[in-house]
Amino acid sequence: MLGKLSWDAIPFDQPIPMIASGVVALAILAILAWVVIRGHLPYLWREWITSVDHKRIGVMYTLLAMVMLLRGFADAIMMRTQQALAFHGQGYLPPDHYDQVFSAHGTIMIFFVAMPFMIGLMNFVVPLQLGVRDVAFPTLNSVGFWLTATGALLVNISLGIGEFARNGWLPYPPLSELTYSPGVGVDYYLWSLEISGVGTLVAGINLVTTVLKIRTKGMNYLRMPMFCWTTLATNLLIVAAFPILTATLAMLLLDRYLGFHFFTNEAGGNVMMFVNLIWAWGHPEVYILVLPAFGIFSEVISTFSGKPLFGYRSMVAATMAICILSFMVWLHHFFTMGAGADVNAIFGIATMIIAVPTGVKVFNWLFTMYGGRVRFQTPLLWSIGFMVTFIIGGMTGVLMAVPPVAFVLHNSLFLVAHFHNVIIGGVLFGAFAGYTYWFPKAFGFKLHEGLGRAAFWCWLIGFYVAFMPLYVLGLLGMTRRMQHYDVPEWRPWLIIAACGATLILCGIVLQIVQLVVSIRQREQLRDETGDPWDGRSLEWATASPPPAFNFAFLPEVSSDDAFWQFKKRAAEQTGSEEKPEYRAIEIPRNSPTGFVCAFFATVMGFALIWHIWWMVAVGAIGAFATFVVFAWRDHDEDIIPAAEVARIDRSNRAQRLLILREEAAE
Amino acid sequence: MNILDPQGPIGAAEKTILIDSLTIMLAIVLPTIVTIFAFAVWFRASNVRAHRWPDWEYSGRIELVVWSVPALTVILLGGVAWIGSHRLDPAKPIEGASKPLTIQAVSLDWKWLFIYPDQKVATVNTLTVPVGVPLQFQLTSASVMNAFFIPQFGSMIYTMNGMVTRLNLRADNPGTFQGLSTQFSGDGFSDMHFDVQVVPAEQFSKWAGAASADKALDERSYREIAKPSMRNPPVIYRLADADLFSSIVTQKIPPSPGAQAGVKGASLQAGVADAR
Repeated sequence: MLGKLSWDAIPFDQPIPMIASGVVALAILAILAWVVIRGHLPYLWREWITSVDHKRIGVMYTLLAMVMLLRGFADAIMMRTQQALAFHGQGYLPPDHYDQVFSAHGTIMIFFVAMPFMIGLMNFVVPLQLGVRDVAFPTLNSVGFWLTATGALLVNISLGIGEFARNGWLPYPPLSELTYSPGVGVDYYLWSLEISGVGTLVAGINLVTTVLKIRTKGMNYLRMPMFCWTTLATNLLIVAAFPILTATLAMLLLDRYLGFHFFTNEAGGNVMMFVNLIWAWGHPEVYILVLPAFGIFSEVISTFSGKPLFGYRSMVAATMAICILSFMVWLHHFFTMGAGADVNAIFGIATMIIAVPTGVKVFNWLFTMYGGRVRFQTPLLWSIGFMVTFIIGGMTGVLMAVPPVAFVLHNSLFLVAHFHNVIIGGVLFGAFAGYTYWFPKAFGFKLHEGLGRAAFWCWLIGFYVAFMPLYVLGLLGMTRRMQHYDVPEWRPWLIIAACGATLILCGIVLQIVQLVVSIRQREQLRDETGDPWDGRSLEWATASPPPAFNFAFLPEVSSDDAFWQFKKRAAEQTGSEEKPEYRAIEIPRNSPTGFVCAFFATVMGFALIWHIWWMVAVGAIGAFATFVVFAWRDHDEDIIPAAEVARIDRSNRAQRLLILREEAAE
Repeated sequence: MNILDPQGPIGAAEKTILIDSLTIMLAIVLPTIVTIFAFAVWFRASNVRAHRWPDWEYSGRIELVVWSVPALTVILLGGVAWIGSHRLDPAKPIEGASKPLTIQAVSLDWKWLFIYPDQKVATVNTLTVPVGVPLQFQLTSASVMNAFFIPQFGSMIYTMNGMVTRLNLRADNPGTFQGLSTQFSGDGFSDMHFDVQVVPAEQFSKWAGAASADKALDERSYREIAKPSMRNPPVIYRLADADLFSSIVTQKIPPSPGAQAGVKGASLQAGVADAR
């Protein structure tokens, strides 16, 4: 009846996962109870869960990422304390638990923190920057989000029911095959990524189509803000790379479920094929994460320097060059597989070539600041922290692109330090810059500046204290994923690294405090203008938060930095009072399709993991039926009457005109 | 285990390449970091002395420079990578005082088996090599992937079931060093390390001769060793089956059936729940 599932699946004998999952379950129940008792459920259902508004979906993606960041960071701090303690001993985490912790940390941070954070920001910002009312496929967008949430949920269910994978964030066979990993851990990993991978692909298709097909009048490609370009590049990469991931994991699933031999030791299976395939996705994935961050920094540095982005066309070329080159370097993840000198050298050099467009980007950000009026607000702090940190991470990356260097540093803590250097210093700092920068647009008030700065400094210093010692440890021969060790020279560095992780913890606590304080002080922090940072692109041309239809009139663009030009013109011709004629606006109708479909996907995923075949059928049929019902819908759009549009827009406009006049008077 | 304190020609060459490449890049990276701070501070909004060009967004000359500086660096570094990859290809034999010594390494769950086919000796979790003699490693795995690495000798290489990888090293100074697995392979991974004794050539022959006394390694005793186990003490065997390595590589001896039958030496941890 319940397949492999029984009471044995719950780790009653292990206090750490029991307490952790207990606390999480209690917190979720408490929040649900509060929502139901206070009567917020209808509001949540109407305005968020069934919403197909790209802004709402973007916010939910970002929220998911931030919650998952807490889980991923809890894993991180467990690893750092374990390694600080486990000298000549076992520490407090036995190998089977420690192995799950590092596997979960990597999986969660990449797939359920970095990815949804970036996709969330792109979802929220890109249609606004393009001056349009929505994305190309609003309901599909909602499906994508909820499938991602399904993946995250399955990973977290593994904490309390069964176990998670024990073979790292990429399940290299044959260790991940049934022979060597008979438990459900790998299945949790595979099914959660198969399901959320579909969600990501759908999000990618949606955003590519949006940027290519849905732009406001006059917004030709070379007038798009840089963030739209990096969004295009990123989502092209998603569309091209994620099917590889899905197919590769599907092959591993066939091995595990139906006795195939794609990657087994026996019967002609080939583990090297898996390693090649997974990195054919895995390397583009790196750029899927970091390209949107490059876009965010381009927007932030330009805005806070009060200057257009330097060398815009160069930046576009660099972005697209990275997009293509990222598919040509995957082999550098396994120089130590014995591929031979020519192959290693060619892939090493190809890897270095990516450093050229990346270097160009850094220099162009530098010259964007040159001659500007640089305002040191939190988003800019993250950007400068990024530039310095990312250069160091990029340098160590190029260093390891030299095959003989990789021969001694591959899989070492030097490597771990390198990719945290680029992922924290690049992606996460970018996410935080974007979060601070666009928060007032999403909610109508700014985040508390002082607490934001404090969080930034904790993160920045914490990062250096936590990861510079890992570079040293790599040079001292320490490899990654060690549950315990006997080398006395390693210990002091591991203790310093643990202190760094504690500083990062302070940064995260400060960010939570910042959010709470900002919500409580929202009246003081209110953004009345819709343009709190003196922005340059179209998202600042509408109110904060924007109305459901984004723009009452789709803006007409005649140059890059569109909003900047509007402001210039408005300042020149003060007093021209236009009396616009409002029209009714159609917006896509809310739909529970995404949520219901993801509910069934969760049921199906869970059933597949535990071999509960009847439940698999229920889930599969349910998800399919949801689509069929959606396909037969009669109304897919709601109409906002002209009077309502006029009312909303007039009040926003009045405020804005007032402020513009005041500025002009100065 | 410091890779910046190499004990053989491969490690030394790799250290040189590491430091050279780092120096080449630092020559650009350090000035860039300084410039970032300089621009950010000088052009701060409160600095009344700074000139402002709020519309300056293009300069062909600067574009030329920003594309060519990283490009030139990469050309230089690419040369280093090309030459280094060919000189230091792990499969390429290296020179030494005498004829090379062949060592066959097998990664097992979770220990290393080293076979000296010419000396008819095999060891578990300990490696003894003569000083100054080229070492030709042939490596494979009897179960999952691992990587063989002696940090102070240089170059690691993966071990994979059904395949042989090759690695050439040389140790130039006598002493005791550490080797380890650098590819995660399961619960017993952290204990997959071994001592490397580098001894003078005469002492090595003496060691190899004395080792051929009590325990014999043939297919039957190998199957016993190959069972999953953790924290294995070093053992020396007389090699009774000269074809053992090729039997493992060709899967004549099937790969390890995994830890389903239980793990020896894992009893120390409470809650290793194989039932799940």
